Amino acid sequence: MATRQTQSLARLMRAPAIILLLIWMLVPLGMTLYYSFLNYNLLSPGTTSWAGWFNYQYFYTDPAFFQSIWNTLVLVLGVLLITVCGGIAIALLIDKPIFGQGIVRILVISPFFVMPPVAALIWKNMIMHPSYGVFADIAKFFGATPVDWFAQYPLLSIILIVAWQWLPFATLILLTALQSLDGEQVEAAEMDGASAFARFTHLTLPHMSRAITVVILIQTIFLLGVYAEILVTTNGGPGYASTNLTYLIYRAARLNFDIGGAAAGGIIAVILANIVAIFLMRAVGKNLD
Amino acid sequence: MARAVSRNTKIGYTIAAWFVALLIFFPILYTIITSLKTEQEAISGFNLIPSFTLQSYEDVQSQYNYIRPFMNSVIIAVGSTILALIVAIPAAWAMAFSPTKRTKDILMWMLSTKMMPAVAVLVPIYLIFLRTGLMDTRIGLTVMLMLINLPIVVWMLYTYFREIPGEILEAARMDGATLGQEIVYVLTPMAVPGIASTLLLNIILAWNESFWTIQLTTTNAAPLSAFIASFSSPQGLFWAKLSAASVMAIAPILIMGWFSQKQLVRGLTFGAVK
Repeated sequence: MATRQTQSLARLMRAPAIILLLIWMLVPLGMTLYYSFLNYNLLSPGTTSWAGWFNYQYFYTDPAFFQSIWNTLVLVLGVLLITVCGGIAIALLIDKPIFGQGIVRILVISPFFVMPPVAALIWKNMIMHPSYGVFADIAKFFGATPVDWFAQYPLLSIILIVAWQWLPFATLILLTALQSLDGEQVEAAEMDGASAFARFTHLTLPHMSRAITVVILIQTIFLLGVYAEILVTTNGGPGYASTNLTYLIYRAARLNFDIGGAAAGGIIAVILANIVAIFLMRAVGKNLD
Repeated sequence: MARAVSRNTKIGYTIAAWFVALLIFFPILYTIITSLKTEQEAISGFNLIPSFTLQSYEDVQSQYNYIRPFMNSVIIAVGSTILALIVAIPAAWAMAFSPTKRTKDILMWMLSTKMMPAVAVLVPIYLIFLRTGLMDTRIGLTVMLMLINLPIVVWMLYTYFREIPGEILEAARMDGATLGQEIVYVLTPMAVPGIASTLLLNIILAWNESFWTIQLTTTNAAPLSAFIASFSSPQGLFWAKLSAASVMAIAPILIMGWFSQKQLVRGLTFGAVK
């Protein structure tokens, strides 16, 4: 009796969040799907017509599409490689007994709180600028010619910036996992004569494997959507050299006003993200009980 | 028991760790230093000692009216967080204390909405904002950021609420407390720390959001992330001013972030790593 009352109240309390998210998910996504089958350009209103699969075909046969998919993969994998390997190394180092551990942690975690446009502009102007950047200063000090990073290695430059932003996240998560490692177990292994390398591969790494999985999956979700870093540095260029799928769709929608094409690209992005999401949901779902 | 480590080993680790930490922090440190230089100093080679002028900070305010995007950021980040909490607290409470068979599915589904790439709904959201006059308004952006962060807020609150022992609520019920009393006198005091952590993390996320802020604002409602992004095509050299604008944009959130390291892990991994 009382519980039934509680149950109906609970339903009422859940409802606003569920309804809001349901609308938020279904309405825009439904509209994107609908637009993706239309010939619809904001520059020529009144000529909107049914396009069938044309937008998908058009997107699919555009050479820029494949390059952007490739760039997306390189960007995601490059950043993952740097952040996961670097994160493990730094987490192991910070976990050691050191003086000023608290401050070291604060310094290492800081880049994560820098908003993407600021991070990208700092790197573009202060660090990687071919005339006034720190890298150029270092090159000049050694008598070398400074590298014009964003012109010569646009995608690599963006990978470096994004990796700098996400390295703290990986480090922090992996450090949290590392700190829950049973010290006595490690000590026992040490007394049994296990080498430092053996202890790492047989004890530490398996213990961290779950955290590593979570880092990879969560970062992938965010890395698929890298946008501001590209906007303020290379603008996706030269050509399409540093355009990822997110940026390509942004370009279609906002610079070419091609609503239909951008919507078709959006649907492709959803499919890509879903593949990752399925794995992430499994990892998180297991932990829920 | 902590293992005894020789002093030399500890010093070795300390030097290595500090070196790495300073290397990672360097771009931020150099930005702070550059913000205290004159524009001339800023482009005349590597130099860690500025002349400690605050001219650039003044210029950023006087030339670009910096206070407006700053206040937009505050209003939008705080506003969207409070809106999200108003919707999420009851939902998380209900799911934590009156779970049904479907609670887990609902939570997973909420999480799945967070996986939707923003760019996939760029077209409809952009058109809706254009046609309803929400474009470049703070209210539009506030609602938008509330929606994109709502799943994280519900999840984080849920993981905190679940740690509140249910027996306490039962005891209160036995003593004849109504649901309202239960919430005000029993739940609230125990839930406040979790709510505060959630609030903090969500303000950080909303403050740094850069996709929708750039898409949906131009000048009036542009928060700092959109304002700074507009510096990407500079007219002339402006290293010191860019640095000053950057320092002011990241300082509040950097400090908040330092205090919320633990919550960050929890919030961003949806409780999968604690």
